[in-house]
Amino acid sequence: MSTLTTNYLAPSGREEAWRFTPLNRLAGILDAATTMVPQNSFTASNLPTGVTLENLAMAPLSSTTDEATLRVRAAQGEALVLTIAANTELSEPLILSRIPQIAERAASRLVIKIGTHAHARVILENQGKAILAEDIEYDLADGSQLTVVSLQEWESDSVYLARHHALVSKDATFISTIVSVGGSLVRILPTVEYRGPGASAELNGLYFATDGQHLEHRIHVDHNVGHAKSRVNYKGALAGDKARTVWIGDVYIRAAAEGTDTYELNRNLLLTDGARADSVPNLEIETGEIVGAGHASTTGRFDDEQLFYLESRGIPAEEARRLVIRGFFAEIASKIGSESIQERIMERIDRDLAKVGA
Amino acid sequence: MSTLEIKNLQVAVATDEGFKEILKGVDLTIKSGETHAIMGPNGSGKSTLAYSIAGHPKYTITGGSVTLDGADVLAMSVDERAKAGLFLAMQYPVEVPGVSVSNFLRTAVTAIRGEAPKVRTWVGEVKEAMAELSMDPAFAERSVNEGFSGGEKKRHEILQMELLKPKIAILDETDSGLDVDALRIVSEGVNRVKSTNDLGIMLITHYTRILRYIKPDFVHVFSAGRIVEAGGPELADKLEANGYAEYATV
Repeated sequence: MSTLTTNYLAPSGREEAWRFTPLNRLAGILDAATTMVPQNSFTASNLPTGVTLENLAMAPLSSTTDEATLRVRAAQGEALVLTIAANTELSEPLILSRIPQIAERAASRLVIKIGTHAHARVILENQGKAILAEDIEYDLADGSQLTVVSLQEWESDSVYLARHHALVSKDATFISTIVSVGGSLVRILPTVEYRGPGASAELNGLYFATDGQHLEHRIHVDHNVGHAKSRVNYKGALAGDKARTVWIGDVYIRAAAEGTDTYELNRNLLLTDGARADSVPNLEIETGEIVGAGHASTTGRFDDEQLFYLESRGIPAEEARRLVIRGFFAEIASKIGSESIQERIMERIDRDLAKVGA
Repeated sequence: MSTLEIKNLQVAVATDEGFKEILKGVDLTIKSGETHAIMGPNGSGKSTLAYSIAGHPKYTITGGSVTLDGADVLAMSVDERAKAGLFLAMQYPVEVPGVSVSNFLRTAVTAIRGEAPKVRTWVGEVKEAMAELSMDPAFAERSVNEGFSGGEKKRHEILQMELLKPKIAILDETDSGLDVDALRIVSEGVNRVKSTNDLGIMLITHYTRILRYIKPDFVHVFSAGRIVEAGGPELADKLEANGYAEYATV
């Protein structure tokens, strides 16, 4: 721990990984002079058979250069570990929620371990106010299937920096849906590495930034083994002055990763002037022996023809815009897998839209 | 009994070279129960007439008036025009990804009728209207116009007309891209709405083919942004025989 602290160098903002992030809004999380408070703040009620949740002293499962994660690891030696036993099949989602009061500059670690051939869906609910850095690791054993929905519904002055890292073993399937709508500054690194052939990762995202919000998602998929698959699909919309989103999609196909199948997509809708979306897909390929690799990125505005079509059927302009936005997000929102949460998110977006008059 | 009255309508569109005048003074009156065929060569301004009446933002009205039962249509927003009783069946219906047909129809009907339809009767009403247009019920769960064939899009337009019950409908090249079976089904739909609702119809078409199924009371020949000849159904027969050559612009 002390080594990490001694060697730690706070980013200056000129680094590739931080060049889009307003470092002056991180409430000192990256500042070596500040103290991080170790606090694993997730709780769950009514754990079903085959599932345990406990704080354990344990080393991280993966390595990283991300400064925020390094700060977490230096401060927090214990991880909250959710274990889903092998062959467990959960019919209902496991919901992990935050305790109401999170410490200032909290450092949290969560590990979700799912055993061989187990199937589970986990919903991570983030509400309330937080200045929080978090290290999440998903450890998928052979043939398992883990679906994780991470909801950022933070209060408006919150800061959340996190790495959500998945280790996907042979024939395992990881499905992640990250929804970011709340918080002043949210920066998440959804990252994936593979441990065997037949492994598959689906990374979905939905974000909506309004006045002054900075929502950043930096995907990194490391195709380090052969015959693994990845699909990335992030959709975002922005409305209001200084609404800001950043989407980075780094996919590496290493020389050993023959038979890789990958595709990543990011779509952004700029709904008002004064908003800015950055979208940077990046594909590096070291072998030509692959099934497929591609990416697409688009940033556009409301489609006037869609709005005219709806309005010409009597639908008022404001409602037409709401329908188009809901339609734009529908594909990702349906992945949340809970109609009530989906509606809660969409209603929040409706309200934010109405507020900025988009 | 409703009347759509178009008087000396002049419309321009913004282009890279400035405003271009497309409609150069159109006069036309359509009453409930009447079918007016507007026929003319491509580029004569027929679609501009349709979209201007519906309020598409691309077109600028530079002169004239459009009234529905005396109310100033041109002063209305797009949705108000629909609520007033106008309907435009589009030549190229727009895809709206992620919005299901059933959600779209219910939202539109709620807006037009001023209240949400009763769930119990609504489901049956949609099912019946879809069956009459030989549409698969699975359609209701698909995204609006997304991945629809040309024929499916046109049936979907007529389905909306059937449910929204307008006073005056403008059918913009509804026959284009339809095979004979689809043309018959769509035409029967139009005739059904007309007979139940005493609908007034502006039927815009390039070809006389659809007039075998939807009988016009009046035929107007459109050329270079205005109506250049008007007559009864016999005028369509003349166009069938001679084409538009004699109306060609110089």
